Amino acid sequence: MDYLLVSVIKTLLIAPLLLATLAYIVWVERKVIAHVQLRVGPYFVGPHGLLQPIADAVKLLTKEDFIPSGVNHFFYWAAPWLGLMFAVTGIAVIPFGPTVDIFGTKVNLGLADINIGLLWILGLGGMGVYGIALAGWSSNNKYALMGALRSSAQMISYELPMALALAAPLLMSNSLNLREVIETQAGFVYGIIPNWNLFTGFQVIGFIVYMICAFAETNRVPFDLPEAESELVAGFHVEYSSMKFAAFFMAEYCNMIIVCSVATALFLGGWHPIVPPAVATFVPTLLFGISAGFLFYHGMNNIRPNDRYSFPFFGVVFAVLALVFLIPGLGPILNSLFWFFGKVGFLLFFFIWVRATLPRYRYDQLMKIAWLFLFPVALANLVLTAFCVTLFNK
Amino acid sequence: MDLVLFLTFALIAVACAINMSLQRHPVSSALSLVGVMVSLAVLYVLLGAEFIAAAQLVVYSGAIMVLFVFVIMLLNTGAEKMSKKAGTAHFLGFPLLVILLAVASWVITNATSAMKPVKFGAFTGGGPREVGWELFTRYLLPFEVTSILILIAIAGAYRLANKEMD
Repeated sequence: MDYLLVSVIKTLLIAPLLLATLAYIVWVERKVIAHVQLRVGPYFVGPHGLLQPIADAVKLLTKEDFIPSGVNHFFYWAAPWLGLMFAVTGIAVIPFGPTVDIFGTKVNLGLADINIGLLWILGLGGMGVYGIALAGWSSNNKYALMGALRSSAQMISYELPMALALAAPLLMSNSLNLREVIETQAGFVYGIIPNWNLFTGFQVIGFIVYMICAFAETNRVPFDLPEAESELVAGFHVEYSSMKFAAFFMAEYCNMIIVCSVATALFLGGWHPIVPPAVATFVPTLLFGISAGFLFYHGMNNIRPNDRYSFPFFGVVFAVLALVFLIPGLGPILNSLFWFFGKVGFLLFFFIWVRATLPRYRYDQLMKIAWLFLFPVALANLVLTAFCVTLFNK
Repeated sequence: MDLVLFLTFALIAVACAINMSLQRHPVSSALSLVGVMVSLAVLYVLLGAEFIAAAQLVVYSGAIMVLFVFVIMLLNTGAEKMSKKAGTAHFLGFPLLVILLAVASWVITNATSAMKPVKFGAFTGGGPREVGWELFTRYLLPFEVTSILILIAIAGAYRLANKEMD
């Protein structure tokens, strides 16, 4: 009964937070890309465009839901929600933090703690193809069908090197449970190098291969061939509008969060900090404090008239956040969450950064990268790691 | 709880299986088959065979059925139409199906009368570690033979694909 209650509470907490995050990643993406390209990005809805996601949601909800003629109605309707469902369920097995004591109850930070966590994510990733393939096929549009075919071929091809790259760190931690994988990466070597699979496991090649595959799996630039605007208009979702279109969007961002979380859990040590724990406790406080200081300073010496009010307001928010991390009992929990989401956030930023920087690959190049480069490299990495694990019995 | 889950997903599996035969459109049939496989994966989890469940999701519904759907879409087949020869099958099909089911259930009840019924949660050796251990010790020979079989299939596929190129 306890377990059921805790699970319900956790779900009620995580589900709205996830939806809000999905909406705000879009805002962050638009802002970051705008600044890379020397624009300001969303600016007019709320201070610095902060309410833009809400405006977008209202726009998408009230927009006419256009259904073209000749579509297969059932699958046209089901495809976006199928895709979103498989994307969102993947979040369930990701552990955000260690097991903590809340009012005497042992609580895992994260929804489900299952033995086959990683396989579950891989399985759902494979199922996610259905959403895209069905959308493209049922739209009765040749561009959409081309996009769907490309997407299916791409996702099936990249799943192989991805799984091989993921297998190498699993050899070291000897478990498929993401929580156990993270727990084996605790501690430091020589007191300074964090014991992550990336560093002490020498998984740099595996990590790079995994990240390249992650870009292809989530259909992101430079591998966004399924929705290549210059060739396919918008690819598999060309005929979709209103909330169905939004569902595809949310599924894509949710998949991004999942692949980044898996990278964090398997290569980057999950919630374990990059600096020794004595220092790590104060890093979030310091970061938020410095940000608050900056905001106060620029609010006082404002260039734009609005900044006089908006900057100090967020300065106060950041200062409060900095102090919250110092509360005993709550602080350590927030600290591990900070490190986990910090790493995931950095990887998400990397995704956006790449989108703003790189052009799109050609389709034959995309397939060549997967089969002629990534696959052999990932296989060699796996064999080498297996040898080392047997030799040194790490 | 276990019983409720079992009944739900067993019902879904059977409903999807019946739907698969009833649907006229190949894509609908293929997706009903996916439904059957996913509900079977849930039943595996209920029986404690976690690894098999995950493999079912990854391999069958994630890879093989995607290829099926892929091929159906590429061929762009429409809904099936009843041909004239289908008349006999139409009349004989249902009685034959009933006979087949009767024989199958008779054989199964006879063959398994000595076995004990399964209890949910009684079996715990279905995790990835246990399955891997069994595969590489007790079932090593069948495992390796299967891999050679797959290698032969790959060689065959390569040969066929090359033939078309010439």
